[in-house]
Amino acid sequence: MEIKYLCFLLYVVVDMSENLKIYDGDLPVNDITNKWYEEFKNSNYGAIITFVGVVRDENNISGLSFDIYEPILNNWFNTWQQKAKELNAIVLMAHSKGDVLNHQSSYIAAVCSPKRRVALELIDEFVEDFKASAPIWKYDIINNEKKYALNRSTKINGAGLLK
Amino acid sequence: MVKIEFLGPIKKESMQVEINNLNELSEILIQDSELIPWLENSAVAVNDILVANKNHPLENGDKVSLLPPVCGG
Repeated sequence: MEIKYLCFLLYVVVDMSENLKIYDGDLPVNDITNKWYEEFKNSNYGAIITFVGVVRDENNISGLSFDIYEPILNNWFNTWQQKAKELNAIVLMAHSKGDVLNHQSSYIAAVCSPKRRVALELIDEFVEDFKASAPIWKYDIINNEKKYALNRSTKINGAGLLK
Repeated sequence: MVKIEFLGPIKKESMQVEINNLNELSEILIQDSELIPWLENSAVAVNDILVANKNHPLENGDKVSLLPPVCGG
């Protein structure tokens, strides 16, 4: 009984880490997206949509840097996994922590769904909610210094509780 | 004791305080003028769950996190 329980726990941990991955530095986009495609192409999902975020060269930055608070990111992602499951879909995500230079990728999100319309709507909601709620902080790298991108950041719902 | 941690760009070491709810935490933190802008724009989590009630009770061993505005991607 105890061994079964441990196996279940192990399965949960492995399952979560497979669908949400954090990388040090830029994302190996080809490896990640190919792996997802190979893993899910035979699962009878009619639609697999991948969104790849690439760092733009603008405002004199040489790149971006990211801090992540993983416990709440995991909770947020699990809520999305549940929401997708209710639609017979799954969500996948990879994100960088640390520095990512211009023209490299820091973020990939994907949805696999039996239905095209569900996949298109879900990827939109998933990416937008990610931008508004996922506990990740962005810094511009300019002249090797990091500056918090406050003016591009979004307050999380309920912000200001302690003021 | 309750552990308070300041996430992301809030450059402040975590601290331990003796408090019973978030109201009491607010009264302590507003004494620090450098923190006031962060108090206005940060969300609050207790034991990694976001909370919306300032009367949220706190117990010995709880962890409170301040989450400033986010921008992943």
